[in-house]
Amino acid sequence: MRYLPYLIAGTLFGFTMIKSEAASWYRIMEMFYFQSFHMYGIMMSAIVTAFIGIQVMKRLAGRSSLEGSPMQIPSKGPGRYKFILGGLIFGLGWGVIGLCPGPIFALVGMGSIGAIAALAGALHGTWLYGVVRNRLPK
Amino acid sequence: METLLNWLYAPWPWYVAGPIIGLLVPVMIWIGNRSFGISQNLEHLCAITQPKAVGVEFFTYDWREHTWSLTFALGAVLGGFLAGVVFANPDPINLSVAALTMFSYWNVPIAGGFLPPVLFGFYWQSILIMFIGGVFVGFGTRYASGCTSGHAITGLATLQPQSLMAVVGLFAGGLLAAHFITPYLPYSFP
Repeated sequence: MRYLPYLIAGTLFGFTMIKSEAASWYRIMEMFYFQSFHMYGIMMSAIVTAFIGIQVMKRLAGRSSLEGSPMQIPSKGPGRYKFILGGLIFGLGWGVIGLCPGPIFALVGMGSIGAIAALAGALHGTWLYGVVRNRLPK
Repeated sequence: METLLNWLYAPWPWYVAGPIIGLLVPVMIWIGNRSFGISQNLEHLCAITQPKAVGVEFFTYDWREHTWSLTFALGAVLGGFLAGVVFANPDPINLSVAALTMFSYWNVPIAGGFLPPVLFGFYWQSILIMFIGGVFVGFGTRYASGCTSGHAITGLATLQPQSLMAVVGLFAGGLLAAHFITPYLPYSFP
């Protein structure tokens, strides 16, 4: 019961990934060839909405969330090379399979063979990272 | 009622989908002070399945503390099932003319649905391509500590320079792959 809000939020997320066609390989290729505004529209309006939402949350910072912990704005950890290099490696896969992790999970729910294969690959990639991470530039 | 049903079956325009996704960022903070993002679940799934004897340090932690995140991912799977199976769009995807021309030039047939059967069907070649691409996605997202949701949306909306670097990286990688690898994949096997 405690986790029900997360289940609802996740369901809305997965539903939107499919309904917006952000989980479509065609749409991702169309984006990388600048042939349609669709994906850019989704990203930009999502960022603007999130930015406004964050400004509202900043005013509420310190108050307790539904779960009781005081609300604060999330921040990414330290590092430099890992963001650009990790992003590049991620992108090289994304530009071929046309799926990032959100759509992978949503498409698994549709029983897509390609997404199940991509999830299996992503878990192996995650595992590989866990093994070699201490030897990578931070 | 009929309008609502039509709206559930039809694809959503960007100005509906984008704000819903963006709204998840403050909503996740409101629910339990969480940072919106999905790819950390790849880590948790490795932590759950790691045999005790292996014990890679990175995956040795109590994943139960992240049940909220796994529940969010379970929701995403459920949402995918609802949107893609229960309320599946009956019409073919409405791509731009430029994209349609490009895909026919690449030899990628557009056959129903929003995924090309040639890459997402049950053929060993496509399974191999999707698996290898997935390895890059999984490795990269954990190395960069986030993916499109965590960096491009949460990170940029909270004005974090690390996320800007990650977004530049992932878009550059995506452009490179989409222009120099994807057009040359063998699409003629089925």
